[in-house]
Amino acid sequence: MNDIAISISSDQDIVIARQRGRELAAKLGFSSTEQIAIATAISELSRNIVEYAKRGEVILSLTPSQGNGRGSLQITARDRGPGIPDVALAMRDGYSTSRSLGLGLPGTRRLMDEFEIVSKPGKGTTVTIRKWI
Amino acid sequence: MEVPILKQGDYLIASIQAALSDADLLRLRDDLAQRVGRFRSRGVIVDVTVLDVMDSFAVRTLRNIGQILKMRGAETVIVGIQPEVAFAMVQLGLTLTDVWTALDLEESISFLDRLMKAGRTQGE
Repeated sequence: MNDIAISISSDQDIVIARQRGRELAAKLGFSSTEQIAIATAISELSRNIVEYAKRGEVILSLTPSQGNGRGSLQITARDRGPGIPDVALAMRDGYSTSRSLGLGLPGTRRLMDEFEIVSKPGKGTTVTIRKWI
Repeated sequence: MEVPILKQGDYLIASIQAALSDADLLRLRDDLAQRVGRFRSRGVIVDVTVLDVMDSFAVRTLRNIGQILKMRGAETVIVGIQPEVAFAMVQLGLTLTDVWTALDLEESISFLDRLMKAGRTQGE
């Protein structure tokens, strides 16, 4: 499967990204509960891009099986925005620097099987999440 | 995607037909705030059956709708949250306060009827 890249710069793009994510998850055989968890996680990450960085992209890809013998659906949300000064703080429940209910990062992590975040102030943020197939 | 809003007696029913962008949700909030006054509605039902994602923005906007309509003298009932959507919302850590919830439209109407009746008795 080729990677699917969706550029994110508006609230419409958030809807497109999560719909594409759900379609792909359905094709890969995820249950409807998992499809919706994946779509909701994509929505939160896309929302962070629009809210904090204005623009960026979401990439959907398939990763080969790791040691556990299972492949996964991988979602990468990448921007060149202001970055997160204190990632540990942003991963705390209830923390928010914006008008939103929070960055949604701790919640997004709970929706998925794997979660990684790399953020450099002034350089941008990349969040990678995976759901095992 | 505009959300059609129907008037049924003392109530308004907003039936969401397709996925909503943030702008659509904000327009729904503003439309309901206006129409509750115009039609002197006592209750507002928002049917979210077709929504497959309710993220932090959607939940915050529905809560705001509940708060605003309360100030305009109306109660808000959200109906049709799908089980998978409820599950994702809980994992995300979202709670739907400031609104009532019901399983479906029929349930929400009888709930509002009871609420209005109780309210009238209380007021007398």
